[in-house]
Amino acid sequence: MAETNTGGGIWEVLKKNTMLIALVLVMAFFHFYLIYGQGNPRGFINPATITNLISQNAYVIVLATGMLLCILTGGNIDLSVGSIVALVGALAGVFMTNWGIHPALAVLMCLVAGLLIGAFHGFWIAYMKIPPFIVTLAGMMLWRGLALVVLNGNTIALSRENYSGYWTGFLSYGKGHIGTQRVDELTLIVGAILTLILVVTQIRDHLHKSRSGYAAESGFLFGFKLLLYIVVMLGVTWLLACNKGIPVILIVIAVIVAGYHYFTARTVPGRYLYAIGGNEKAARMSGVNTNRMMFFAYANMGFLSGVAALMCVARLNSASPSAGTGYELDAIASCFIGGASAYGGTGTVAGAVIGAIFMGVLNQGMSLAGVDANWQQAVKGSVLLIAVVFDVISQKRKQSA
Amino acid sequence: MADPKILLEMKDIKKTFGPVVALHDVNLQIVEGEIHALCGENGAGKSTLMNVLSGVYPFGSYSGDIVYNGELCQFAGIKDSEKRGIVIIHQELALIPFLSIGENLFLGNERGVKARIDWDKTYADAAKFMKQVGLDENPHTLVKDIGVGKQQLVEIAKALAKSVRLLILDEPTASLNERDSKNLLDLLLSLKKEGVTSIIISHKLEEIAYVADRITVIRDGASIQTMDKKETPFSQPLIIKAMVGRELTNRFPKRENQTIGEVEFAVKNWTVYHPLYEGRKVCDNVNINVRRGEIVGISGLMGAGRTELAMSIFGKSYGANISGELYRHGKALKLNTIKEAIDNGIAYVTEDRKGNGLVLGDAISRNATLARMDKVSSRRFKVIDHDQEVKVADSYRQQFSTKCASVRQNVGNLSGGNQQKVLLGKWLFADPEVLILDEPTRGIDVGAKYDIYVIINQLVADGKCVIMISSEMPELLGMCDRIYVMNEGKIVAEMPVQEASQEKIMAAILQSDKK
Repeated sequence: MAETNTGGGIWEVLKKNTMLIALVLVMAFFHFYLIYGQGNPRGFINPATITNLISQNAYVIVLATGMLLCILTGGNIDLSVGSIVALVGALAGVFMTNWGIHPALAVLMCLVAGLLIGAFHGFWIAYMKIPPFIVTLAGMMLWRGLALVVLNGNTIALSRENYSGYWTGFLSYGKGHIGTQRVDELTLIVGAILTLILVVTQIRDHLHKSRSGYAAESGFLFGFKLLLYIVVMLGVTWLLACNKGIPVILIVIAVIVAGYHYFTARTVPGRYLYAIGGNEKAARMSGVNTNRMMFFAYANMGFLSGVAALMCVARLNSASPSAGTGYELDAIASCFIGGASAYGGTGTVAGAVIGAIFMGVLNQGMSLAGVDANWQQAVKGSVLLIAVVFDVISQKRKQSA
Repeated sequence: MADPKILLEMKDIKKTFGPVVALHDVNLQIVEGEIHALCGENGAGKSTLMNVLSGVYPFGSYSGDIVYNGELCQFAGIKDSEKRGIVIIHQELALIPFLSIGENLFLGNERGVKARIDWDKTYADAAKFMKQVGLDENPHTLVKDIGVGKQQLVEIAKALAKSVRLLILDEPTASLNERDSKNLLDLLLSLKKEGVTSIIISHKLEEIAYVADRITVIRDGASIQTMDKKETPFSQPLIIKAMVGRELTNRFPKRENQTIGEVEFAVKNWTVYHPLYEGRKVCDNVNINVRRGEIVGISGLMGAGRTELAMSIFGKSYGANISGELYRHGKALKLNTIKEAIDNGIAYVTEDRKGNGLVLGDAISRNATLARMDKVSSRRFKVIDHDQEVKVADSYRQQFSTKCASVRQNVGNLSGGNQQKVLLGKWLFADPEVLILDEPTRGIDVGAKYDIYVIINQLVADGKCVIMISSEMPELLGMCDRIYVMNEGKIVAEMPVQEASQEKIMAAILQSDKK
């Protein structure tokens, strides 16, 4: 009977997932506004829009994941992200179009390039103790400049169609029909299997916890959570199956997000990132190699910027020196909207991803609703401020309670 | 001589921090034109008392009366007290290194008007005040470019610029060398002639004897005695007795008749230099050892180099140019990183639990395992077993009776005593053989102190070695088997606890000061 209160009440759970709930509400708002306000019968939640949402925001999700690790180490940000996207994208264009290197090899070379750039930042930040803001501000100018040099200021159109095809393609079998609706059975099968795996592992974990006497959620809460997972998983599966199948880019994102989520939540180095952000001196006095972790966070950010660059090149089917402008700010905003602390030490990969999707939903929803592009920027800024203010106020209330 | 005028009277001052009583029943009378010294052990309440006087702790946060210049005063902040001519100079100087002497002198008290500072007048006036305190520098010089002694003079000049009547100095000579100290004390004497009254807090008894007219001794938050130079000449034994004389009954748990084994850990010829000031020795040829099942104490005043010694041993986490040898069980150890120190069975429990010890925003369970994550994670992929982690933290919670809702609670929300228990648990989880405890009971209440003592006794009963650094001498006398006395980076005395007394420890420190 050691602890029974850690599961928390339903309000605890709702409070913990405020942003997720806000995201669902905003999506629902756009959905009904588009149907009833604008007479658009498809609304917001429909196969094409959801598929678009994923492919258009893939890069933000990847960058936000990397940015979260930097922010965790103490509110440090990486300003160079957008410029790395431009430079690595430029290299991809040159490798594949000008030099005719095979796409697979080019991808590998680009990832190594991203990693090296990140390691370069990490070296100055971790071992030479130059403030991250300055190092990455310098990187922001340096890599953008080099992107211009590499491309000579021009945009390269990719000659090899099959490169873009890999990324923007869909996984489907494509013969099924239900009524008049075309439904992809492969998508349904994969979705069902993944849902099953999720449910089974959740139940196993829950049983293991309660059997060994560790703190576990109450049965009702657990059932509710499980139901929610199933509805969301199957719902997304259905929407994708009704469109063209599973986007390849979604698979890439899912692997990256799942991997980094596991890394931060379950592994020792992940834990060290939180400890450094919470109290760097205490972490050092506990034998944590703080320099190595800082180096890792920034090297990793470079690597993920490389991944994002490859995604952008594929989506636009071209390499441009102005690619990635402002991406760093999108990534940073995603982390903060998703509940990361500007002082480091708190925040989750899931939160950053939700933050990224939230921004994407706002973009797409406002575009569909015909909101002036100038206003869209203002709305996004307000949302960032409101999200963080809300977070700070609820933290304060928690402390005084 | 006419009746001396009482400039300041503090009556029945009481001040608490949560459950901790810092001051109770303090009475202090300051006569106009005198230099009055406050003496007492570390933590006796001297600085707290002066913070009450100067308004750092505003009216309402303490009880008792402050009568200054015949009026009852209720200062809401430091500005109020400064308006009345009470200026406090803290131990850590409040100067801004990258501003000039002149700018610092009038910081918050600028010459000219708000919208336009009169720089000509600033520097002209600065030169005047600097001359008064005997500071021979250009007022345009940046504060970071002058020595600590001169910085102290800038602080005094700054006080003069505020037309000070009552000057309070908190350990003004702690970081000064002998010549600068002498200058400073002479300056106080010459200011006295100009009518400035001073209160000086110091533990250097010779200085006090040299400069003070009267002494008030504070002990455990109460004023014990006021001595007047005219009635009885100051003698060190007299002051020391008043400072430390307290009864020791039942504050420390009894240790079962323990067996002390062989020497387990030894530090030889250990010399450490300051990481910033080249050539300044922080630890000077230190030799200490500790046996199995033994508690060894290190006594000394603040700044004696005890923490620096401990941290430099603990994987060179402090200092530069460290030389000397470490032996564990007769075998030489090389500990270049904290990780190596932990892996070799050494643990250092910091004095600064909030700064260096705990991640306050994190759960108890996550703090408990931080020093030895490998014990709760898989070897190859370093995956953490969260359930195991909670179990570990919970076992320490039960063992130490830590008061918390659950081990998932944030450490920052616990009381100091319970935080200290979490910190101790964290380091016990690291399985050390040698524990260095730095001020293990600082700032925690009596009950929690007792709990901590019980834990320490259990440790040595299990055959571990404990090195205990403490500024509270009664604690060392009550807990240790053997005590080293450290002063200015050197071990100046070593005594078995049976032969030790507070007077002896103080005397050892004072004698080494003289040399």
